[in-house]
Amino acid sequence: MNLISPVLETHNLNIYYGDFRAVTDVNIQIPRHKITAIIGPSGCGKSTLLRAFNRMNELVPNTHIEGEIIFEGQNLYGRDIDPVEVRYRIGMVFQKPNPFPKSIYENVAWAARIHGYRGNLDELVESSLTKAALWDEVKDILKQSALSLSGGQQQRLCIARAIAVQPEVILMDEPASALDPIATLKIEELMQSLKKDYTIVIVTHNMQQAARASDYTSMMMLAENTRSGTVIEFEETNTLFTRPKDKRTEDYVTGRFG
Amino acid sequence: MNYGYPIRNKGLQKKIKPGETVIHVLLFLAGFISIFTTIGIVFVLGKDAWLFFRLPEVNLWDFLTGTSWQPHINKFGILPLFTSTLLTTAIAMTIAIPLGLAAAIYLSEYASQKARKIIKPTLELLAGIPTIVYGYFALTMVTPLLRSIFGANIVEIYNTGSAGLVMGILILPLVASICEDSLSAVPRTLRDAAYGLGATKLEVAIKIVLPAALSGISAAIILGITRAIGETMIVAVAAGAGPNLTLNPFKGAETMTGHIVRISGGDLSYDSIDYNSIFAIGLFLFLITLVLNIISQRIVRKYREVYE
Amino acid sequence: MIVKRMRETSDFSNNLSLRQRSGKYWRIAFLAATIIGILALSALIINIVDSVLGYVIVDSKINPATLAVNGIELEEQSSEQWIQLLKDNLSSGALKKLEEERPLLERSRKDLYFLIETRVLRYEVLETWSLYDSLFRKAEIVNEYLSIKKDYPGAQLQFKSWINGDLVVRSQSSEASTAGIRTAVLGSLWTILFTILFAFPLGVGAAIYLEEYARDNWLNRLIQTNINNLAGVPSIIYGILGLAIFVRALEPLTSGALFGFVDPTTANGRTVISAGLTLGLLVLPLIIINAQEAIRAVPQSLRKASYGLGATKWQTIWAHVLPNALPGILTGTILAISRAIGETAPLVVVGASTAITFDPSTPFSKFTTLPIQIYQWTSRPQSEWRHLAAATIIFLLVLLLCLNAAAILLRNRFEKKY
Ligand SMILES: Nc1ncnc2c1ncn2[C@@H]1O[C@H](COP(=O)(O)OP(=O)(O)OP(=O)(O)O)[C@@H](O)[C@H]1O
Ligand SMILES: [Mg+2]
Repeated sequence: MNLISPVLETHNLNIYYGDFRAVTDVNIQIPRHKITAIIGPSGCGKSTLLRAFNRMNELVPNTHIEGEIIFEGQNLYGRDIDPVEVRYRIGMVFQKPNPFPKSIYENVAWAARIHGYRGNLDELVESSLTKAALWDEVKDILKQSALSLSGGQQQRLCIARAIAVQPEVILMDEPASALDPIATLKIEELMQSLKKDYTIVIVTHNMQQAARASDYTSMMMLAENTRSGTVIEFEETNTLFTRPKDKRTEDYVTGRFG
Repeated sequence: MNYGYPIRNKGLQKKIKPGETVIHVLLFLAGFISIFTTIGIVFVLGKDAWLFFRLPEVNLWDFLTGTSWQPHINKFGILPLFTSTLLTTAIAMTIAIPLGLAAAIYLSEYASQKARKIIKPTLELLAGIPTIVYGYFALTMVTPLLRSIFGANIVEIYNTGSAGLVMGILILPLVASICEDSLSAVPRTLRDAAYGLGATKLEVAIKIVLPAALSGISAAIILGITRAIGETMIVAVAAGAGPNLTLNPFKGAETMTGHIVRISGGDLSYDSIDYNSIFAIGLFLFLITLVLNIISQRIVRKYREVYE
Repeated sequence: MIVKRMRETSDFSNNLSLRQRSGKYWRIAFLAATIIGILALSALIINIVDSVLGYVIVDSKINPATLAVNGIELEEQSSEQWIQLLKDNLSSGALKKLEEERPLLERSRKDLYFLIETRVLRYEVLETWSLYDSLFRKAEIVNEYLSIKKDYPGAQLQFKSWINGDLVVRSQSSEASTAGIRTAVLGSLWTILFTILFAFPLGVGAAIYLEEYARDNWLNRLIQTNINNLAGVPSIIYGILGLAIFVRALEPLTSGALFGFVDPTTANGRTVISAGLTLGLLVLPLIIINAQEAIRAVPQSLRKASYGLGATKWQTIWAHVLPNALPGILTGTILAISRAIGETAPLVVVGASTAITFDPSTPFSKFTTLPIQIYQWTSRPQSEWRHLAAATIIFLLVLLLCLNAAAILLRNRFEKKY
């Protein structure tokens, strides 16, 4: 599969924790302004791969990668690349909502401030919260601690916080796994509306979610002998779910649906 | 049906188990001893301080505001003792707070796991060195050093500066260690969130982790101050004997604790004015540290609420 | 640096290089603070080691060489010859006192030689140098020695280690070259014995009560708050408390008078047992808090399993909670005890004796302890006492280090468990 102008592409990517190779030989291209889902059984390296896209992995001691990840024509792991700059351009939303113990307003404004935002902060906060479908719920309590929000609200706040920086790609690691179905639906709608401005990569355990919300899907699986994960199939979501090429994908996808 | 067990009750009613009750009571008493200790402190200090203030030579107002402490001419103003306590404490905290906090940030945010594993216990070990050893250090190393830097005619052999500096070095590991604890208690997810937004290491450390650990850090600072105010042997050895109302760190001046030690070092006869006066000073000291303790506990409790 | 950006007109100034640079400076500052802290604390250790070794000039009232008999050096002479020497040189009163303490004939050679050194030869330290000076300013030292030798022909220049086997064996003495810390070591041990006997059972009991029995009511909360407060009370306050309660109010008990115990040297309550109990009160809150933590770390599932089998509360605690919490409790106790061993101020207030030469032998003996000894020697202006204080500090620190190592070993074993 060859995509026109992918945002991110990996070349023979291996990711290690110490000596343990958690992810082997990944070659995928993340298409621009689309939602790409990464699915696969637990422990197959989905989060590891996702975190490699904005160099969050290196916050874990003793990790390293082989191969390269190309972002806008440059290797993210090149010698003169600043990981801070990478994370500024490629944002992330985590599995568990992790708002700062600051006010709701500060949560959104904080990163904009450290990056030297020139515009009107209040407007940025409002527009980010609006895009994250949270504005109406919190507009009167902006000064309140973010920790007082519900889990679903907190997660949307984390998304608002990520978009406030105006990254080009947003990585989401099971953003809805801690949420109830209604909040999950809200997040999915949100992703659809964010698609026109951002490229989204999402890890999910939920087959329905992947089928429903994503444009492309990447199926990961553990190699039987090495306990190391790799991408076994990467397709348009429709194709992957209806006419999987790989037998393992078929088993996994249908197994979940019975 | 009992197969070797004693006959069981038919009903399930509560049985009184005398052994269990006795144990419960004994353990309660063990816990209650601590209350007796406090009552003991308050009573003992209060009683003899009362005897002290009832003496015709003494009154509370002069005690709190008098600028000279000279028992032989019946002057009992605590200010000279209190000021030098404050002075040594201030010098100590000027050293201990910035250095301790910076070291804590370095250890928790920058140092490798390995370095932290070595440095942290070493710091804790050093914090456990008896304070008399620090007193020795002040008198035999820091004082001569100060005298050679600033001139022996300016720096007295016994001076509050040297005592304060060394006290700072003593408190530094304490502050560093507690601050490090509360910095590393900040969940990793918070750091991840900040890194994920493109923050630099410094921004994460200063703007996210530090504020989140602020209550633990303030508690550490207050604890350090309490420690400095109550610190005795360093000042007893290095700060000089004899009350002296001065803010000059190169001059000798006795602190409250130093005074108590000097007075009680000789064979003190009961119910003498000196004997009673150490109780009055002790009471004053106790009240100060009590207030500081209560403040720091309030802060710590608030901090627990944030995280659970 | 990533240059190409999709949205060309960025709303952010993002001067990353500036941010990274200030990050670098601060990192250096943090590291510097850590290093300064470590250096300051190393200076403390270096300073002590510097004082423990070095040249000394000693003089004796009688030159040992003149005491050689028939070519046999003083040191090689028989015990009988030594005793004769003592009889020749000491007053009859002093001799009688020595005989009363322990007959000369029953004394060991080491003991006798010590008597000869202190009573006959009477060594005196004239001048001392630090290790640094001894290593790097040897020439000046030799000059000084030569000039002193004019006034004291018997003076000898020696390289001395102030910490040595004799230090621990010898008792107090008025002469630095022959003074030792035996009395202080024994005093510390006696005191700590009572501290442990008092504080350990009470502390563990209180911790069990607070963790396992106490319901959340005002009284128990008060006890807990109170314990936390007590842990922050300056140690000298405990000294004042001990002075008023143990030394004064309980004098009949703590002096041993009530038990018909008549020790000629004990006239009041300033005894080993008073000191031990005072330190016991001091470390009690620490032991309680540490033990509470250890008990809290025992998984709840263990208790549930025990209750599920129909065990009573105490059976559960005794058979499951305590054995699992024990390493933690012991660790905490050891740390508290090492705090007590190093405490000086409260014991000064309680009334450690300034100069005693006999060993404590009962709970009602007068006492001195290691830190007290250090304090007294440090306070003396002559440098030889400072050297002796440094040697005592080394001894004390090694003792504490051993205790801490034991605590760390225990803790490591404990951590592996869960
Ligand atoms: N910090 C780490 N240190 C060492 N090994 C790790 C670390 N994080 C993950 N691993 C290992 O890497 C492999 C992949 O983990 P990863 O978290 O990427 O899986 P995942 O696909 O996201 O699983 P899940 O669906 O359960 O989140 C696993 O074998 C895991 O044990
Ligand atoms: Mg995962």
